[in-house]
Amino acid sequence: MSITFTINGKTAKVEAEPDTPLLWVVRENLMLTGTKFGCGAGLCGACTVHIDGKATRSCQTAVSQVAGKSVTTIEGLSPNGSHPLQIAWIEEQVPQCGYCQSGQIMQAAALLAKNKTPTRDEIVAYMDGNICRCGTYPRIVRAIRRAAREG
Amino acid sequence: MTIHIKNGSVATSISRRGFVAGSAGLTFAFTLGGLGRGAAIGETKPTEFNAWVSIAPDDTVTIICPSAEMGQGVYTSLPLILAEELDADWSKVRVEFAPANPKLYGNPHYLFKGAQITAASVSVPGYFMPLRMAGAQARRVLLDAASAAWGAPVSELTTDKSTIIHKKFGRRMSYGEVVSFAKVPTTMPKISESDLKKPSEFKLIGRKDLGRLDVPAKATGKAQYGIDVHVPGMIYASVLQSPMDGAKPKDVNVPEVMKIKGVTKVIPLPFGVAVFSDTFDGARRGLDALKVTWDTSKAVAASFDSELAKTDYEKKGRDPGVSTHVEHQVGDALGGLKGAAKTVEAGYWTEYTYHAQMEPMNAVAQVAPDGKSCDIWSGTQFGALATFIIAGILKTTPDKIRIHNQFLGGGYGRRIWPDALIQATILSNIVKKPVKLLLTREEDVAAARPRPMTHHALTAGLDDKGNVVGWHHRLVSENVDAVAAPPRFKATGGKDYIGARGLDQAFYAMPNVLAEYARETRGMRVHAWRAIGSGYNKFAAEAFLDEVAAAAGKDPLALRLELTKDKPRAHAVIKAVAEMSDFNKKRPGRGMGIAFTDYHGSFAAGAAEVSVDENSGKLKVHNFWIAVDPGIVIQPDHVYAEAEGAVVFGLSAALIEQFSVKNGAVQASNFNDYPVIRMSDIPPIHSRIVDSGAAPTGMGEIGVIPVAPAIANAVAQLTGKRLRHLPMTPERVKEALKA
Repeated sequence: MSITFTINGKTAKVEAEPDTPLLWVVRENLMLTGTKFGCGAGLCGACTVHIDGKATRSCQTAVSQVAGKSVTTIEGLSPNGSHPLQIAWIEEQVPQCGYCQSGQIMQAAALLAKNKTPTRDEIVAYMDGNICRCGTYPRIVRAIRRAAREG
Repeated sequence: MTIHIKNGSVATSISRRGFVAGSAGLTFAFTLGGLGRGAAIGETKPTEFNAWVSIAPDDTVTIICPSAEMGQGVYTSLPLILAEELDADWSKVRVEFAPANPKLYGNPHYLFKGAQITAASVSVPGYFMPLRMAGAQARRVLLDAASAAWGAPVSELTTDKSTIIHKKFGRRMSYGEVVSFAKVPTTMPKISESDLKKPSEFKLIGRKDLGRLDVPAKATGKAQYGIDVHVPGMIYASVLQSPMDGAKPKDVNVPEVMKIKGVTKVIPLPFGVAVFSDTFDGARRGLDALKVTWDTSKAVAASFDSELAKTDYEKKGRDPGVSTHVEHQVGDALGGLKGAAKTVEAGYWTEYTYHAQMEPMNAVAQVAPDGKSCDIWSGTQFGALATFIIAGILKTTPDKIRIHNQFLGGGYGRRIWPDALIQATILSNIVKKPVKLLLTREEDVAAARPRPMTHHALTAGLDDKGNVVGWHHRLVSENVDAVAAPPRFKATGGKDYIGARGLDQAFYAMPNVLAEYARETRGMRVHAWRAIGSGYNKFAAEAFLDEVAAAAGKDPLALRLELTKDKPRAHAVIKAVAEMSDFNKKRPGRGMGIAFTDYHGSFAAGAAEVSVDENSGKLKVHNFWIAVDPGIVIQPDHVYAEAEGAVVFGLSAALIEQFSVKNGAVQASNFNDYPVIRMSDIPPIHSRIVDSGAAPTGMGEIGVIPVAPAIANAVAQLTGKRLRHLPMTPERVKEALKA
C-alpha cells in the first residue's frame, strides 16, 4: 500500500504494509538511520520521533497512522545540528555510546517545545521513558537545562 | 611505509610504570607499502609515517584507532595520545578504525599480549606508549626533512600545532608542506623514551576543553552503528536463537511461516532458525510466527534451573572436600582462621545479569561468490577473533575476513563474542547475497551471554585485638574463562581470569588470604560483563569487610584506611571519598556506606547515602560519591563522564537487574521483565579524580564496582541488617529487615 506523509518538511510516498512500524519505514525505506531500534515494544524510547510535534515511539506507530501527518526525525530537528539541545548536548558532552541519544534529544525537544523552563522534576518525569544504558542521565538533565537557559 | 611492531617484544617491554624502548627488545621493523623506498612522498596522497598515522599535504592528520568505540572514549583518547607526541594540530586530526590486524594493532597490555580486543579497560594503558612512540617518530621524520630543506640543525627546530618552527630565522613550515616535498628516509629514526615529552610538556593530554570527536555525530543522528550499515543488494534476516548452547531446532513450522507476507526464506540452523525478508519487519513477522521445538539432548544447560541449583551452590561453598581452584593465596589463611580469637562467616549471592546494550546484536556480511573471503560491517569488541572463527568456517585464512568496525551501541562485554558476525556470515554464504542480520530485543535477551549467578562463602578470623588474621573467600560459579576464553582457560590450568577478578585482597594488609573458586558446570553462555568478576566478588568482599569491622568493633572507614596505610594510591581514594562525602557526618534516617576497589591498575572508592522505606522495602540512594585514580588522565571531562555513567550502571546492577534460568533458558524477554535503571532513580553523583601521576590505567568499568557494596553497607549502618544478595530488590530488603 502507498502511504504519503511529510518527513522532515518533505513529502514522502512509501510502499509498505500499512501496519509496518513507522520506525522501519523511516530507517529502511527513507534511509534515515538516526532513529534507532532498541526494544520494538515502546519500552526504551530509542525510536522517538515527532508526529505533528508530539514525541512518539515510532516502533509502536503503524505507518498508516501517519498518512497526511508531519513526521520529524533527528535528521530534521534542525537544518545543521544547531537545535539548542544539540548544541547543549555537545557542550555537556552527553553521549557515550550514543545509541539512545537521538531518541533522548527528540523526547527533550518535545518537552522544551511545550515547556520552555522545565524544573528538574519535570525533566525527569518527561524523560523517564528513555533508557540510557551508558548512564548519561545526569548529563542529559544538565544539557536540557542548558538548552532551556541558552536556547 | 608501515611499521611492524613485533608483538611479543612490545608486550614484554611495557611495564605498568612506563615503557623503555630498546632496553627490553622493542624493535621497529619497516616495510614499504605503496611508496617506494626513498621515493618522493606523494604530492596529493597522504603520507603514511607508520601503521598509525598519515599526513596529507592539506595538513589533515589521520590517526588509526585500534580499539572499538563503545562510549568509553577511545576514538578520541587514543588518537590524542599520538597527536600529543606528534605535536599535531588537533583541529586537523581525523580518525579511522583499524582493520582487524593484531600484528599491527594488537594491544600489548600484559592482559592481552598482542590480541586486538577492546576489553578490560586497558586500551589507554596498553596503547599509551606505542602511540606516543609512533607520534614521536613521525614528528622526528618531519623534523629531519625540514632540517635538510633548511640546512638547519634539528636542535634549532621546534614544533607546535602541526608546524615546524625555526625561530632563529623566523621560518615556519606546516607538516603538510613538509610531506609535499620530503622523502621517506631509508632508515627510520630510532625513538627512545627520553625523546618523549614530560607530562609537564603535554599540550593535549589532560585538557578539559577538548570534546570527544564522536559527540557531534552522536548528537545529530549521523554516527553510524552496525545496525545502520547498508550494502547494495542486501537482504534482511533475523534469527530465533537457540535458547541455550547445544540446543538445535527439531520441528519447525516452515511452510506456515513461509505464508507470512514478506518472508522469503526460513532456514533451521544449528544456532537457531533464520527468517529472511526484504525488510527487517518482514523477518520479524516471520519470527513471531515460528513454532519451534528444540532438541536439547546435547545441551548441558537443558536441565538447569537457577533457583533449584542454589542449594548445590550453597553446599559447595562450605564443603571442605570439594575441589577448588586457588586464585590467590597469601600466607596461611586456614591456619590463621584456626588460630583466630573470633571468626565471622557469611554467604553472599548475585544473580545472572544481561548486558542490555541498547543496540541489539547485528552484523552485515557479504561473502564473496567463491565463498573464500568476506566483508563484515559490525560494531565489535573483538573483530580479530571473528576473523579466526569465520576463516575456519569458510575454510580460508583470517586475512580474507575483512572487518569494518562501526560505532558500538553499547558493548559492556557483550560485543566481545562475535556471534552476530558469525551468524551473518553463515547466512550470507547460504543465500549468496549480502545479509543484514538483526536480532529482535527478545532474541538478544534469549542469546544473552550473562554475568553468571554466583555464591560466595566468606570466613574471616580476628585476633584478640581485632586484626584480620585470616580471610577465606570461596566463589561458587560457572567458570567464565572456560566458556568465553577456552584457550586461556586451558593455558592457565583452569584459572578464571574473568570470573575470579577481584577475589584477591592485594591492596589490604591482610597476612593470610585464600581466594578460590569451586566450579559449577551448568552450560550457560556466561561472559564478560562490565567490571567482570570484580562486580560480584568485590560486592561480597567489601560488604563482608563491614561485617568483619563490626565484629572487630571498628569503624568501616577507619578499618579501610588502616588496611591500606602502606598502599598510598588505595589509601588516597578512600580518604578522598570520605572527605567528599563528609562520611562520618550523622544524617538522620539515612545510612552511609563505603567501599573500595582496584581494577587492572586503577583505584576507586565509593560512598552511598541511603534510606530505606521499611513498608515497601525500596531503597533510596540520596547521593553517591566516587573518587578515582586512573593515573595520568587523557580526557578529564570524559573520566568524570565514565565515573558517573559507571555508577549509574552499578546502581542498576545493585538494585534492579536479574534474571533466572529454567530448563537452560533465560527467563526474561525485554525491558518489561528485565528492567534497567531509569532517570528517576538516579541520585546526584559526585566524582573526583585523585591525581597520582602514575602511568595511565582504565576508567571504563571501575566505577561500577563500589556501588553495590557501598549501598549494602549503608543499609547495614542504618538498620543493622545485612543485604547479602544482589540485586537488592524490595522483596529481599523486606526479608532482610525481618531477619
